[in-house]
Order: sequence, then C-alpha cells, then structure tokens
Amino acid sequence: MTFPPEAPLFPPASRARRQFLQVSAASLAMVGLSAPFPAMAQADLPPLEDYAPEFFTPGEWAFVLAAVARLIPSEGAGPGAIEARVPVFIDRQLDGNFGQASDWYMAGPHQADAAPEFGWQTPLSPAEVYRAAIPVFDDWCRDTLGAPFAGLETEAQDEALTRLEAEEVPLAPEIRDFFKILLANTKEGYFSDPIHGGNHGMAAWVHIGFPGARAHYLDWVGQHNVRYPLGPVSISGERA
Amino acid sequence: MARTDAKKDVVIVGLGWTGAIMGMELAQEGLEILALERGPNRETVPEMRYPNMIDELSQGERHNMMLRPAQSTVTIRRNLNETALPMRKWGSFLLGNGVGGSGVHWNGQNWRPQPIEMQLRSHIRDTWGEEIIPEDMTIGDYPVTYDELEPYFDRFERVAGITGAAGNINGEVQEGGNPFEGWRSGDYPMPPLPVTYNGIKFAEAARAMGYHPFLRPGGNASTSYVNEYGMQMGACNFCGFCERYGCYQYSKSSPQTTILAALFRKPNFSYRTGAEVLRVEMAADGQTATGVTYFDEEAGEEVFQPADIVILAAYQIENVRLMLLSGIGTPYDPVSGQGVTGKNYGYQITGSTSMFFRDEHFNPFIGSGINGVCIDDFGMSANDFGALGFIGGAYISSAQTNGQPIRSMPLPQDTPAWGAEWKSGIAEWYGHQMSIGHHGSVMSYRGHYCDLDPTYRDRHGRPLMRITFDWHPNELRMNAYLKEKIEEIARSMQPDVMQSSYKDYNSRYDVRPYQTTHNTGGTIMGATPETGAVNRYLQAWDKHNVFVTGAGAFVQNTQYNPTGLVGGLAYWAVDAIRRQYLRNPGPLA
Ligand SMILES: Cc1cc2nc3c(=O)[nH]c(=O)nc-3n(C[C@H](O)[C@H](O)[C@H](O)COP(=O)(O)OP(=O)(O)OC[C@H]3O[C@@H](n4cnc5c(N)ncnc54)[C@H](O)[C@@H]3O)c2cc1C
Ligand code: SF4
Repeated sequence: MTFPPEAPLFPPASRARRQFLQVSAASLAMVGLSAPFPAMAQADLPPLEDYAPEFFTPGEWAFVLAAVARLIPSEGAGPGAIEARVPVFIDRQLDGNFGQASDWYMAGPHQADAAPEFGWQTPLSPAEVYRAAIPVFDDWCRDTLGAPFAGLETEAQDEALTRLEAEEVPLAPEIRDFFKILLANTKEGYFSDPIHGGNHGMAAWVHIGFPGARAHYLDWVGQHNVRYPLGPVSISGERA
Repeated sequence: MARTDAKKDVVIVGLGWTGAIMGMELAQEGLEILALERGPNRETVPEMRYPNMIDELSQGERHNMMLRPAQSTVTIRRNLNETALPMRKWGSFLLGNGVGGSGVHWNGQNWRPQPIEMQLRSHIRDTWGEEIIPEDMTIGDYPVTYDELEPYFDRFERVAGITGAAGNINGEVQEGGNPFEGWRSGDYPMPPLPVTYNGIKFAEAARAMGYHPFLRPGGNASTSYVNEYGMQMGACNFCGFCERYGCYQYSKSSPQTTILAALFRKPNFSYRTGAEVLRVEMAADGQTATGVTYFDEEAGEEVFQPADIVILAAYQIENVRLMLLSGIGTPYDPVSGQGVTGKNYGYQITGSTSMFFRDEHFNPFIGSGINGVCIDDFGMSANDFGALGFIGGAYISSAQTNGQPIRSMPLPQDTPAWGAEWKSGIAEWYGHQMSIGHHGSVMSYRGHYCDLDPTYRDRHGRPLMRITFDWHPNELRMNAYLKEKIEEIARSMQPDVMQSSYKDYNSRYDVRPYQTTHNTGGTIMGATPETGAVNRYLQAWDKHNVFVTGAGAFVQNTQYNPTGLVGGLAYWAVDAIRRQYLRNPGPLA
C-alpha cells in the first residue's frame, strides 16, 4: 500500500482483517461451507451435433449455430460460442420462462414502434421474436447475399450480421431488436454458470480470469495489484 | 367472494425494511400485529444458500428475487403530453418482493442526508435568495430537522449494523471520516471494511488534489456483531454477489439478519406471504381506515382484514398507488399544482468515467456491496449554488462491487461488440479496469409526479401507477460539472485508456439501463395538509390511523442512497406512535 505517510485515512487494515478472518470462518461453518469443493469431473455431454433442440426447428437451429459462431468465433485464444455450447443455452432459455416472457407484463395495448428508451414494447415474447425474425433475416440474406445465413461464407455472414446490427435489414418494429436480443443471449450463454447449458467447462471464465462461484475472497481484499491465481468453480462443484 | 378475518390492532402492508422495523417496535408494545407480504417467504437458509445463490443469470439478469412485472409494474412517460407505456421488464429500477423486501438484495450503501438537505428551501433562501430556485422547482423543507432525527439515524445504524468511520462526532471533525457529513452522536457501530486496489488508487489521486477521501459507510459487516434485538451478523467476505442477491453468510444488513427472526418469536406478531394488499378500507365518516383488503394467493380469494392502525410499508411506488386507490390525501394535479398525493416524484442522477490500466490487476470479482472510497467535496454543503448555476450535489466514488462478467465487462470503446476482436478484447481487458462515478441529487419539479394510469391495469384490474419524469436542465448542469471534476481526477491517474459515460443536455430518461432503485416522493411529508400527504410523523393528514413509511416521504431526493433516511424516519415515526398515538389516537400534528 502506498499511502501518503500522513494518512491515517483508513483503519489499521490488519485489525480489520484479523477480525474478519475469524468471523468469516465462523459464519461459513454456520452454513455448512467448511467442506472443500468436490473435485467433480466435467459431465460428459453429447456432442452439439447430437443435441435435440427443445425449442428451435431444424432450420432455426442451423441459423443459431451459424450466427453465434460468428458472434463469438472459435478461432484465436479462448472458446468460441460453439465450444461453449451457447446454442444449447439459448434453446433452453427460449423454451423456459424467459423465452415465453412469462414473468413480464405483456398486456396491451402495445406500441411496438415506441421510442427505444421505453424498452420492451413489442407484443412478442423473446421466443416469438426469434421465430419471426430468423426467416425475415434469412430471406434478406438470400436476396442480398445469395443464400440463407447458414449457407453463406463466413465473410458474408459477418457482413450480414454487421448490417443487421446497423439496422440496415428492414425489420418490422415488433422484431426490430432481434440482433440485440441474439447478441445479449449469446453473451449470457457464454458467461453464465454451466448449469444453464452454456459456458461449457467454464472455459469462458478461464479465458477472462473470472473465478465463477468461488464468492469468498477475504484473504484477497488487501492484496493489491496482484493477479488472483485460482481458477473457477461452478455451482455444481466443477473446477477448471 | 370476500372473507373477513379477526380484527388486529395493527396491519402492516409489506414486510421489507420499514415493515420489519414498524412490526418489531410495535410488537414491543404488546399489540396484536399482522404483516401482509405479497411475495414469498425468504430466509438465509434455504433461500439464499451457497452455491445456488451465486448465479448471475438467475439473479443478476433474470431478476428472480424481484417482483415479476407480470404481477404488477409501472408505466412511464417523460412529460404530460406523452402516452405512458408500461415497464414490461425491469430496467431503470428493480422492485423488491417477498419477506425482507429490497432489504434482501440491496447493496447496503447507507448514508444520512446532510442537514441542509432537510431544510433545503430555507437554506437557499437564507444563503442566495429564493430567486435562484427555478420557477418549476417544487423543493421545500422537510417538516423535521436533522437534529431531531439524529438519534433515530443512530438507532437504525445500530440495528442494521452499519460499518464506517465517523467524520463528525458532535461537531468535531474526525480524521479518516467524511468531514462534510452531518454531526453524529457516536461512531459507527462497526469499523469500516478494508478496500480493494481501485479504492486506494482513487484515494491517493483524490488526496493529491486536496480532496477528502473516506471509506463508504454501509451495511456489510466488518466483524461479528449482535444488535439490540439479539440478532447476529458475521463479517463480509467480499463475495462479489451483493446487489440483486441475498447474502449467503449473514453479513449483509437486511431485515432477515437484523430483525425478523427475533420478531417471529413474538407471539403477538404474525405474517402472511402471498398476500397482496389491494386497497385500504375507510370508515363511513371518512376520517379513519378500518383495515385493508388483500388477495390471498393460496385461498384464491379477497380477504378483509380489519385493524385499528394501518401501516403502509410497501415501498414508495406501491405506497403512492395504495393511497391513490384508497382515497388517502388529495391527488396531485400538475397543472394547478394543487393536491399532494403523488407530488414531487424524484430519482437519482449518476455518471461515470472508466479507466483502463493494461498492466495492473484489479480482480474485479472481489467486491462487497459497499466496497469503495468516496469524496464529498462536491456534495450539497460544499457547492455554491449561486455561483455554479445549479441546485444539488453528489458524492463521487470509486466502487468495486461485482465483476460478474455478463453485466460487468467494460471494454475500451473502440473494441467491437462481437467477433474475434471482442473475444480477444475481453481477455485483454477484464480485470484491468476501474471507474469513478457520481451519485447525485435530483430536485422536485411541478411536472414530475405519480398518478394512476388511465389505460394499463394489473391482474386484479387495478390501474398501474404512472410515473411522469425526465431529466431537468438543473440536474444536467450539475452532471456536466461533475463530469469535469471526475475526469480531472481520472486524468491525473494516467490510465492507458479513459472513457466517460454521462448524460448530455439532450438526454431523456431511458428505462432500459439499470440506474438506481431510489424512487422518492409521492407520499411527501409536509407541515400542513396543503404541502404534504403525511405529517412530520408519517401520519396521513386526513386519516389519522394510517401511517406511510419509505422514501415516498422525501420532499426532494437527497444526494445519497435513501435507506439511511428511510430507516431513520421509520424509527422517528414509530417512536411517536409508541409515545403519543397509542395513548391518545388522533392527529399527531
Ligand atoms: C437492487 C437494489 C439495490 C439497492 N441498493 C441500495 C443501497 O445500496 N443503498 C440504499 O440506501 N438503498 C438501496 N436500495 C433501496 C433500498 O432497498 C430501499 O430504500 C429499502 O428497501 C426501502 O424500504 P421499504 O420498507 O420502503 O421497502 P422494501 O424494503 O422494498 O419493502 C417493501 C415490501 O412491501 C411489499 N409489498 C409491496 N406492495 C405490496 C402490496 N400491495 N401488498 C403486500 N405487500 C406489498 C414488497 O413485496 C416488499 O417486500 C436498493 C434497492 C434495490 C432494488
Ligand atoms: S458482499 Fe458481503 S455482505 Fe454482500 S452478499 Fe457478499 S458476503 Fe454478503
């Protein structure tokens, strides 16, 4: 710590930390946490090709596999969305509460073309937005670039996504946020705990240095400008 | 088909922070009390247990602890001419639900207001003259002073187990604390927590510029602690999953850790979950309430619950709505300026500067809800409103509360949002960034208010509450000033990359990004029935057995997170009920 010497600014860190160690240990014991994480093997999952989507039709599935592979590509260091099994995550999300918007206020009247600052105003649920937007975007890809999205070369796919992001693909107000939703769900699937189907092997956490569900750093608060050395753990007890 | 249950002495609507306080204090009088909570039951174990709680997708992104908008939400418009639209999914703020309310998943940043914020109009009049107050700014004086509330702030801090370093004890400035804070009768109940690297870097830079850094006070325990109700807390371990999460290890100040288990042991207190209160019922003479009607989720029917005293502790938004639905106080009319219920809706303004240091390690996942260093050199009492051209103030801080990667992945702005460069960017920059932000006051205005929406309804057919709010030039001028000050500090730290995110003069209120759940006003306190919906004891002016807690009482919002004042006001009001009202029920003012 490089405090100006005249600074009794903060309390003696040592005292605070000592108390802190004692008490925290006690409270951990209280919730039965003193046992170490079980070193569980990464569950063997069927390869992505063999996954049977719950929500997506085969055509939609082909689109999602192709699109997330460009949003987070496999090349370079770190997993791509495919290795992270992001499509599985999205499929499961769209099949559940999120996809059906069952927690949201969906009563009308709807004003889908409201100013964006009003947030979600389409009458469609996220699952319905995917269902409605994928064919529109595929048609646009066919008309403009010569093939549906999944059939394009990667450069053309990147161009198509870039133009979708830039709102150059005409979309009805009800589905105008399709790209934003797809990108947000892709990143959620990449970074969320593996129990949700993505972030396979916690490889995305390893890639950035996020320790996942460790959630216990009392020894590390005062270790300034030192890289935290431990790899992630997940909710179900895997380590990486 | 309505059922009628046996009469209680007191019915409390909502079992969050203030419902728990009112329940505990009144239970000590031996009264028969029933609290009605619309959400589910919640205890540290099992509901907040490790590791299931540590799930960013479920809590951070999908808001599983919050009220489901499908059950109830608000509509928003920016001015009287717009059509308000419902907040269909949460964004700008998140409404708590279930036992403990938002006290379960707040960050715990706990502040008192500055004394001048309580008597703001008089302070401005005496210092600069009232002519500097913009014509449409409806600020006033709270009908209670900081000095009167001090013992009650202290009480709340002791019950909640707040950590911090005093800056002013009985008027004497203390080293290491906030020299701009109002006087305190004693130190904080617990010493401050240590702080992460970003805080130390900010403190050094701020100090070098002549500012007065101090550790943020708040409700994350630094040691073992037992409060007056016999409730125990243990030290926070910087789990990095505080805001939006329940604390898995009894360290965050919450109704659960500081009040509820003790309260539930009292035979004269009971509570129901899945009990959404629909309205307050009135006696034929219109002078008092007779109880409340609620929807019993389990039985699937409406229930009339008679009671001698009704306490609305349902958070600012639902408190205003219940008052409007039940005819308590005259609804505010923004055109004539007449009426009080719904008046002076306020919020908080924020902005921040991000700094990237390629070769330094911040370990952003190490954080507590309050972790950070603050300065109050641009707060209310330090600002010369006359010279600066705005009325307001803010504290500036460098926080590190969570580095959860779905929501906390700041990247230099030339990094693409997807593709190969995004993927390499996240590995290059995660953990090498810190920020400095401000948290500022928002004044009250004639056109910012709450009323009942004419179109949208909840599942019971009740109108949703409509909020009319936008950024006002006064706050945007303050924001521009703070940006300049923060960027000056940030530049002095010589980051590799620095970028700012502040509103500009064209910014409109945007419901999408989370900002704060610091909604204020609408059930404002006033010295007269013409100026407030409740009196100085949070008692409805026109229904003496109805009391209304929460930040709805704020005449104008302060520059700080609200709960220190919310908790202080609850203890102040319940003290008046205990000492005066129970002996002699009737208007207290
Ligand atoms: C994510 C988040 C972070 C926050 N961080 C901070 C912070 O760091 N510092 C700070 O000062 N403040 C913070 N706050 C605000 C703080 O939580 C509130 O100020 C405080 O909880 C208010 O207390 P209350 O009793 O008024 O409401 P709450 O604690 O919200 O309790 C209200 C209760 O009433 C219930 N209820 C509502 N309507 C009904 C009805 N019709 N019938 C029955 N029950 C009903 C609700 O379900 C809820 O349980 C935060 C809030 C949120 C959501
Ligand atoms: S940061 Fe501390 S107080 Fe907050 S949830 Fe984690 S352990 Fe509890």
